Amino acid sequence: MKIKSIIIFTLCVSMLIVAACHKDAPEKVEIPFQGFETPSNFPAPAYHFETNEITKAGFELGRKLFYDPILSRNNTISCGSCHIQSAGFTHHGHDISHGIDDRLGKRNAPAIMNLAWSKSFMADGGIFDLDLQPIAPITTFEEMDETMQHVIEKLQQHKDYPALFQNAFGSSTITSANFLKALSQFMLMCISSNSKYDSIMRNEGPAFTAAEQEGYSIYKQKCSQCHTEPLFSDNSFRNNGIGIGYNGDVGRYAVTLDEADKYKFKVPSLRNLQYTSPYMHDGRFYTLDAVLDQYVNHVTAMPTLDSLLQQNNVYGIPLTMDEKTKILAFLNTLNDKHFVTNPILAEQ
Amino acid sequence: MKTINKLFILSISLLSVFASCKKEKKEPVFDDKDLAPLSIEFDNIVGGKNLILNSETYTNAAGEDYKISLLEYYISNIKVRKADGTEYVVPQDNSYFLIKEGDEDHEEALVNVPEGDYTSLAFTVGIDSLRSTMDVSKRTGVLDPASPENDGLYWGWNSGYIFFKMEGTSSAAPVDGSGQHIFRYHIGGFGGYSSPTINNIKTITLDLTERGPALVRKDKKSNIHLMVDIDKVLSGATTVSIAANPSVMFSDYSVNIANNYATMFRHDHTENE
Repeated sequence: MKIKSIIIFTLCVSMLIVAACHKDAPEKVEIPFQGFETPSNFPAPAYHFETNEITKAGFELGRKLFYDPILSRNNTISCGSCHIQSAGFTHHGHDISHGIDDRLGKRNAPAIMNLAWSKSFMADGGIFDLDLQPIAPITTFEEMDETMQHVIEKLQQHKDYPALFQNAFGSSTITSANFLKALSQFMLMCISSNSKYDSIMRNEGPAFTAAEQEGYSIYKQKCSQCHTEPLFSDNSFRNNGIGIGYNGDVGRYAVTLDEADKYKFKVPSLRNLQYTSPYMHDGRFYTLDAVLDQYVNHVTAMPTLDSLLQQNNVYGIPLTMDEKTKILAFLNTLNDKHFVTNPILAEQ
Repeated sequence: MKTINKLFILSISLLSVFASCKKEKKEPVFDDKDLAPLSIEFDNIVGGKNLILNSETYTNAAGEDYKISLLEYYISNIKVRKADGTEYVVPQDNSYFLIKEGDEDHEEALVNVPEGDYTSLAFTVGIDSLRSTMDVSKRTGVLDPASPENDGLYWGWNSGYIFFKMEGTSSAAPVDGSGQHIFRYHIGGFGGYSSPTINNIKTITLDLTERGPALVRKDKKSNIHLMVDIDKVLSGATTVSIAANPSVMFSDYSVNIANNYATMFRHDHTENE
C-alpha cells in the first residue's frame, strides 16, 4: 500500500513536472506567413519581385541577418542598431547616428519603411536598387566598417547560416547576391499601412475627428505636393530651405554633380513621425513644432530652393497657429502602432 | 626566247610559292559556334620604362615626382574584327576583366573567339551602364562586391563600379591624416541611373594591321600584346598636377583623368604561336 502510494505520488510529481516544463516553454504562437501583399490603398510597388520572390525562409533569414551584428567589422553593430523598430526603424533620439567604435555619421538614419515603393535609397538617392543598399552601411567607415568579402566568409563559417541559405535559396554556398536578396526580403516586408489614416481610406470603420479632417484639408492644400499620398513622399529630391547644415552636406549634388541639385534631399514620408524624431536629413529638429515653425518662419532663400516654397515672393508656407494644431492632429493619424510593434518584424 | 623561258619558269615557281603560302595561311571559315582562345595582355609601363610598384620614381608633365603603389582597372566588352568587316563580340557574361599591376593572375583578358585573322580590337575601360544597373545576381567574379577579385572597386554610397584606381606617393601631395604624401585617383561614373551625370566609360579601338593581326586558331596561341603607358594618366590632354589634385574620385575633374587614360593603350605586337 505504501509502495503503491509512493509510486502514485512519484507519478503525479513527474506528471506535474512534465506539465510545468511544458508550461515553461509555451509553444510560440505561429503567425502564418502572408508574404508580400500590397495594401489596397497603396499603388503598385516599384521593387523587382520577379528577381527576388519573397518566401518565408528568405524573409526569416533576412530578419536574422538584419538583427545580427556579424555584419560589422567587430561584430558589435547590426542593421537594427540604428534602425530600431519601436522608433519606426530609425535611430530615435540621435540627430546623426553612431556606428562602430562610436564613430559618428553625417546623416540621420532613414526609416526602413515601405521601401518596396521607393525608386531610390538614401537621403541623396545614390543607390538605385534595394538589393545594393546594404553594401553602403556595411562598408562605410562610420557605420559597420566591414568588407562584403569578410561578411560572406563569416556567414559561411557560421554554424547556422549555411543551412538557412540552403533553405531559402537552395544552396548552402553563400553568395553576395543571396545575402543581399535575403536582406531585401526582410526590408520589403517592413510595410506601414495600418495607421488610422489607412483605416479611414480603406473604409474600415474609423473616422477623422473634426480637427483631423480640417488638418487633412490643410495638408492637401499646403503639404501634399511633396508629401504625396498614400506614401506621403513623392520620392523626389528638393531643397526645403532649411539652409546648409554644419557639415556642408551637398545632398543630391554628390550623386549627380549637377549644380541644380545642390542641397537637395529626398522628401521623407510623413508616416510614423511620432516615433521617428529627430527630423530632417541631419536630424536638426527634435519636435514637429520646430519643423512647422521652420516652414512658416525660417525658409532660407537659396539658388536651389524649391519653387513651391517661394510663391508670390513669400518664402515658406504660411500657417496660422490654428492651422498648425490641425495639421499636427492630422499627422497624428499617420502613426502606425501596428508597424512599430508587429512581432514578425522584431528581433526573434 | 631563253629569257622568256626563264621568266616563264620563274613565274610558275613564284606562283606555286604563293599558292603554297596561301594554302598554309588559309583563313578558316568564320563560325561563331566554334571558338578558339585569344589573350590580350596589358603590359603596364611608364614612358619608356616598365612599371614597378613602390620602388621606382617617375616624373609627370607637371614636373612632380611620384611612385605608384596600386594600379587596377576594368577591361570589358571585348570585340574583334577582321579585315572584311566581320565582327565578333565576346558574350557579355564572359567579358569582364580586372587588370591589376603586380598580380600575375590579372594581367590579361582571356576570351574565346571564332578562328580567324583579326585586324582590329575594341574594348571598354570600365563597366558599361547596362551591367552597372543589372540585378545583383548578374554581378559575379570581378563584378561581385564580395569577391576578393573585386578588391573594393565598388562605390556602395553611389551604386557603381570604380573603373580605374591608381594610388601612390608623391612629394607634391599634401600630407594626409595618416602623415603620408599620398595621391588617390578612383575614377568611375557610368552616366547615372535616373539623373544623368558624368560618364567615364571609354571605348578603345586599336588597329592591329601594322604590328601584326591576331591569327586565332584552335591549335595555336594568339596573344595581343598591348603596352599601357601609365604616364598618360597624368600627362595627357590635361596636365594633372598631384599638388593641385591629390585626390580625385567622383567629381567633374575625374573626366580629365579618364580622357587622359583613354589614350594610354597601344598595340605593340601579337604573338601567334
